[in-house]
Amino acid sequence: MSVLDDEFDHPDVVVCPGGPLLIRGHHVVEDAEGRPHETTRPVSAVCRCGKSASQPWCDGTHKVIPQSGRP
Amino acid sequence: MLAPKARGRLGEVLLEALRNEPASWHNVLDVAPEHADDLQLCLWALYELHYRGFDDVSDALEWHPGPLTLRHELELRFEAELRERYRPRPLDGPFADALFSLVAHHEGPSLAAYVQRDAGVDHVLELLRMRSVYHLKESDPVAWVVPRLSTVPKAALMELQFDEYGGGDPNKVHAQLFARGLEACGLRSEYGAYLDEAPVEVLEQNNAMSLFGLHRRHRGAALGHLAAFEATSSMPSRRLAQGLERLGLPAQMIAYYREHVEADAVHEQLAVRLICGALVDEDPALAEDVTFGAFTCLDLEARLATRVLGEWTT
Repeated sequence: MSVLDDEFDHPDVVVCPGGPLLIRGHHVVEDAEGRPHETTRPVSAVCRCGKSASQPWCDGTHKVIPQSGRP
Repeated sequence: MLAPKARGRLGEVLLEALRNEPASWHNVLDVAPEHADDLQLCLWALYELHYRGFDDVSDALEWHPGPLTLRHELELRFEAELRERYRPRPLDGPFADALFSLVAHHEGPSLAAYVQRDAGVDHVLELLRMRSVYHLKESDPVAWVVPRLSTVPKAALMELQFDEYGGGDPNKVHAQLFARGLEACGLRSEYGAYLDEAPVEVLEQNNAMSLFGLHRRHRGAALGHLAAFEATSSMPSRRLAQGLERLGLPAQMIAYYREHVEADAVHEQLAVRLICGALVDEDPALAEDVTFGAFTCLDLEARLATRVLGEWTT
């Protein structure tokens, strides 16, 4: 069987265990206050732990909060 | 840029040979490096032939057997040194989690934390000059790896690299953002401007990236280095931005570090999960190389931070 028979996985959204949600492509993400934020890069990371200081984007803060508080 | 200043006996004969293209390279190949500074400066100059070259050195020397023979000898010594420093930790559980954990548990002083709270303007400008050796060619060393990868890790690496190179917009190329920041700080922004004053630890950092990037057999180490670099960038970049704000340094340089808070929160996930993850999925034997590259990145930064903080705080 040729390896070309199978399509590779390439999801639009990737959930990172304990970390952010990666979204591919151009999107408008609304933050908790209802303000729209446009993506500016090929892949963006949306905060899931709620502790990022750059809402709605991930800033890596999930790595310094206790395991129990991580998404 | 012009070829850099020699730092020892080997550098003196090598740089003279690079400028004058002798008929025979035996005189150069017979000289041993005097010390680490001498070796690293020579290796840096030889690698630079593969990037942008020097205004006073012929482009034809890039693939000349003379400089290549010397490069090979210096690389063997440098790689042996890096392997001697390597203290592998056993990786437990899923590879991505293990790699993040390796990064999180690596101990070393933080330049970013010092800049955030205590550093003076002169300290920060000195640090920016040191960082300029790499940031003015940001992402270039790992670009060598692209054609050496199979489809899945290659596409994943390009997804990250495309962002590093501004998504096609030259104004957003990360090296260009840093150059603009340097100029706003009253520093020189031309490529290699501060190479001559860079401490040996900075040369080692840059040479390790070139060593890993230029050798196909080191592709795992190159991507492991990338993963560790990205995974130690987001929060330190915020601290650096806050330190620069505290000191009233120009907005353009603060913007460079602010950009890296969000960009590298993405890039660390891409590098650890999608790039290194895919590489090791396809070829589990490369896990050890990825770990070696990651350790080397963290270890070289710890060595630089130890030296610089030692100088700043005494």
